[in-house]
Amino acid sequence: MNAFRSLARAMLKGFFRDKMAFFFAVIFPLMFLVLFGGIFTDQGASKSEVIQIGAVPVLDDTPREVKASLAESLEITTSSDEKDAIEQVRKGDADAVISQRGDELVVRYSQADQVKAATVQGTFQAIVQSANIAVTGEAPRFSLSTDQVEDDSLKPIQYYTPGLMGWAIASGATFGAATNLVVWRKNGLLRRLRLAPIPTRSVVTARVAVSIAIAVVQAAIFLGVGVALFGLRLTGSWPMIVPLLVCGTLAFMAIGLLAGAIAKSEEAAVGIANFVVLPMAFLSGSFFPLDGAPGYVTAISKVLPLKHLNDGMLDTMVRGEGPAAALLPMAILLGFAIVVTAIASRLFRWDD
Amino acid sequence: MTYGDVRAVDGVSFTVAPGEFFGLLGPNGAGKTTTLEMVEGLRKPQAGSVRIDEHEPWKREPALQRRMGVQLQSSSFFERLTAREQLDTFGALYGVAAGRTDEMLEQVGLVDKADIRTEDLSGGQKQRLSIACALIHDPEVVFLDEPTAALDPQARRNLWDVLRTINDSGRTVVLTTHHMDEAEVLCDRVAIMDSGRILEMDTPAALVRGLDAPVRISLAPGTLSADDARAVAGDDAVDTDESGTTITTRDPSRVLSDLANRDALAGLSVKGASLEDVFLELTGREYRA
Ligand SMILES: Nc1ncnc2c1ncn2[C@@H]1O[C@H](COP(=O)(O)OP(=O)(O)OP(=O)(O)O)[C@@H](O)[C@H]1O
Ligand SMILES: [Mg+2]
Repeated sequence: MNAFRSLARAMLKGFFRDKMAFFFAVIFPLMFLVLFGGIFTDQGASKSEVIQIGAVPVLDDTPREVKASLAESLEITTSSDEKDAIEQVRKGDADAVISQRGDELVVRYSQADQVKAATVQGTFQAIVQSANIAVTGEAPRFSLSTDQVEDDSLKPIQYYTPGLMGWAIASGATFGAATNLVVWRKNGLLRRLRLAPIPTRSVVTARVAVSIAIAVVQAAIFLGVGVALFGLRLTGSWPMIVPLLVCGTLAFMAIGLLAGAIAKSEEAAVGIANFVVLPMAFLSGSFFPLDGAPGYVTAISKVLPLKHLNDGMLDTMVRGEGPAAALLPMAILLGFAIVVTAIASRLFRWDD
Repeated sequence: MTYGDVRAVDGVSFTVAPGEFFGLLGPNGAGKTTTLEMVEGLRKPQAGSVRIDEHEPWKREPALQRRMGVQLQSSSFFERLTAREQLDTFGALYGVAAGRTDEMLEQVGLVDKADIRTEDLSGGQKQRLSIACALIHDPEVVFLDEPTAALDPQARRNLWDVLRTINDSGRTVVLTTHHMDEAEVLCDRVAIMDSGRILEMDTPAALVRGLDAPVRISLAPGTLSADDARAVAGDDAVDTDESGTTITTRDPSRVLSDLANRDALAGLSVKGASLEDVFLELTGREYRA
């Protein structure tokens, strides 16, 4: 117990005094949160800029309440210089140019921003159709009513906090275990500890405890910043992230141990860890949702531990699922940890 | 014990008595470190056996490990901890009370450096700290692999005192070294190794005597005329140059009394063979891999 405590203390001090390690485990992912939080909070409010050339009766004749709702998504300015307007669209300064030739409404847009292109097309399609119906003099038979399923529309911050937090925890645990193993093997400390009257177990448990402690610190900072600065709202079973990140840490440490067992130098260990963690973060939806991704990407993501950690955290932190939603991800993470640790321990060496 | 094709230690056999100060000497690559590692329990011998009392060290029994202090050839520390924190941590691993840290810092002269991180210590300071870490739990048997390799003369002498004190209190010390003077001063017995084998093993004095080497008697320039020198030397070799006259003899008492009769003792120095001569005689003068 004494040995465990003093080893854990030595490792923790080593981590918090390593400015680089601290930066990459905490500050760097946090920068992404601030960045994403900043970029994507604006997105909802950002309107499509449309330049109207000359008179467009279809638009001008739309009822007042339709106009009001249009104003939420479109910002329409008028101009008489069509060439210049098209040039603006081409450069990305405006999103579309509209004009009317007889009964034909012409929308010219750029595909550069696909979301806005779709918005503009859809909007004007609807306007033309309702104008067509209005001409027939009949009242519209069908009406559309929309309703969002999430209690609080999965705003970007709700999505990005769990994802980026998962990435931060994955890099912290992977790099920590990998470099620790290589450095101690290279400087002979592993051998030295072997000669101390302590079980190997206390070295391993100390490292696990330290990695979990670091993960908890990371999570606390992420949640703190998310809630305080970006209006992150946690739903009921968010405390389940604690057992989730314990299981996640074990899984990522296993990857780190494997990298450390293979690598001959600290640089190589960092390289291997990077090679694994960064693609894993992309494929696990830490940086952007995978909803539109092709099937094989989703298939790959299923074998990645970070994907399951992210799923578990999304479900329990922001999607309002019950604590039980964390159980399957936890089981998968633990299974992953056991398998990879077994492989790593076969490759493990006490010295070079 | 082999590493691939290299037979690093091959048929080495020796016994160290409790309370003895034992030295392993040998050129680079002789197999000293490998031998020590087998004795410490870091390697299991591929053939033969190692015993400390009744224990086989490679089984790493905590009861034995608590009685053993080890300094490995390369200093190994926890990253970014201060000297004091290193000692505290190693002490805790051996269940030592915290007060020992100050005692050890004092003993190896690192009190001023207690709060410096090990990365910022000089090579010799690191080595002293590493020795302090080996001694923190007051072990009965101490294994030191080249403990004085990077030390300045003061630190070396201080460490000798530390080791002598430990040995005088009945503890067993086994060390490797490339400093023959050190082995001569400290060790009760030395083994000279080369290519994985022990070539000679005895007390330093017996090894020197066994060499039966002539004594070199030197005098300041101008003390003795060339003719007188030849007369004194008789059949022995005489060598005169600007630094003085040197007579190499196997009968130093006769030469010395002769010189005394002529009142020609200015700048006299007498040099017998040393352990270093024994070492070079046994292991040759060529470089080792
Ligand atoms: N881990 C290893 N892998 C391969 N060969 C090794 C290893 N360790 C030592 N050797 C080889 O075994 C031989 C003995 O090495 P050892 O380290 O025991 O020598 P030594 O007497 O301690 O030398 P030095 O005075 O330089 O410390 C050398 O030829 C060395 O090259
Ligand atoms: Mg050696």
